[in-house]
Amino acid sequence: MEFLLEFGQILLATFRDVLPIIILIASFQILVLRQSIPHLKRVLVGVVYVILGLALFLAGLDKALFPLGKIMAQQLSNPLFIYGHEITADQVQWSAYGWTYLFAALIGFATTIAEPSLIAVAFKASEVSAGTISQWGLRITVAVGVSVGISLGAFRIVSGTPLYLFILVGYLVVIVQTIFAPKNIIALAYDSGGVTTSTVTVPLVAALGLGLSEAVPGRNPALDGFGLIAFASLFPIITVMGYAQYSHWLANRGKISPAKEDS
Amino acid sequence: MSSQNPPLKITPYLAIIYQKLRSAFTDLLPIIVVIAFFQLIVLRQPMPELGQVLFGGLLVVMGLSLFIQGLEMGLFPIGEAMAQALARKGSLFWLLTFAFSLGFATTVAEPALIAVAREAAEIASQGNLIGPGEDAISSYALGLRMSVAVSVGLAILIGVLRIIKGWPIHYLIISGYVMVMLMTIIAPEEIVGIAYDAGGVTTSTVTVPLVAALGVGLASIIKGRNPLVDGFGLIAFASLLPMIFVMGYGLLIFS
Repeated sequence: MEFLLEFGQILLATFRDVLPIIILIASFQILVLRQSIPHLKRVLVGVVYVILGLALFLAGLDKALFPLGKIMAQQLSNPLFIYGHEITADQVQWSAYGWTYLFAALIGFATTIAEPSLIAVAFKASEVSAGTISQWGLRITVAVGVSVGISLGAFRIVSGTPLYLFILVGYLVVIVQTIFAPKNIIALAYDSGGVTTSTVTVPLVAALGLGLSEAVPGRNPALDGFGLIAFASLFPIITVMGYAQYSHWLANRGKISPAKEDS
Repeated sequence: MSSQNPPLKITPYLAIIYQKLRSAFTDLLPIIVVIAFFQLIVLRQPMPELGQVLFGGLLVVMGLSLFIQGLEMGLFPIGEAMAQALARKGSLFWLLTFAFSLGFATTVAEPALIAVAREAAEIASQGNLIGPGEDAISSYALGLRMSVAVSVGLAILIGVLRIIKGWPIHYLIISGYVMVMLMTIIAPEEIVGIAYDAGGVTTSTVTVPLVAALGVGLASIIKGRNPLVDGFGLIAFASLLPMIFVMGYGLLIFS
């Protein structure tokens, strides 16, 4: 009974989020386009599925994943777990946080694979490219990017390096890659930065960032707790373009000298 | 691809449902493995409230399957239908109005953004960057939210304009990056981290599929555009522009 109440609240909140979109589309259909949507009944059922599905998804995450994930993020950044005793600010060693970086990398990878927005974009990309871009290929490449980004972001919080340095270098890498990457992947690569961070990833990653910046002596949550999400949106761009460059290179090499493959 | 036929011909729906549920389970498997590994092997603690966790996991699998089914039936077709109907109408004004409203409307009420803006405002108030008191905090939080919502609206508008005009995306994105770097140098330090994160939280799970369908739909109906090269990129703008706008807002408020 209590759960039904909770679920009702989540369902209501999800509906409230979708309401502006429904109003916008309906008013454009009625006032500007003055025509009905093709297969209206099917579309409406689809929208109901989306709202219901998202609410179930969020309710489940709230029950199963978020409490556990947040506790784990705190435990793994706790000095008692890392060093076995309390420490002061000048005793912080970035190299002692191996498990934290590993957790950051793996949870980044795992939550990105489950991210519904990324599933949607991968679906579209595979459809539009007639299957050349495989859904799982794109999703795994993006997830690897997020995992590198989040563990590097965790390292940044532990070591206290300024955020903008990493972002600056990351942007430079993206700019250089853009010059060399195959033209048809560029827009998709840029997009994959933005889609990685939503429903599943953000709450866990934010908990990790805040937990780390509170637990590491000498860090200020207000200054250092933010920024992990920025890392998670930057690195997938690099891995997606990198993977496209690699497969492009592989395909070209095959074309130029197919005989060498055999030897 | 499967060589097996569904067990019973009268139950094709069950086969589809089973397939959807199984693929949703595959999507969630990595999370289960990671959590179990750290909980049982690294932290060496028992799984707390296993029943609760299993029940939640079941809901997540069901929710994800329903969401994806709804995506294919509802969100994608509606996004594409809107894009094509607006393109056929031939009015640039209404197309751009729709683009801006879609970005603005979906962002301004986004719960993640409301939470982040509120938190940022409280931090700014504690740091004496803005005046103390509830009024200053809520007006600062509202300002942040509005900057982000307007910037997402503009981002979708620019993205749609790019698809119509056929501008190459990398010039726009790279100039965006240069702007972000310049703003980072001059903006107050306290706003930089929030600004960088604001780019990531704006694009919600319902907005992304709609915007992707809008872009691809437009690019496939306008002559000379390639859906793969030109259809994507809207989300990239929507995560870049808020950074610039939030830092701009910080600059305006703090100096």
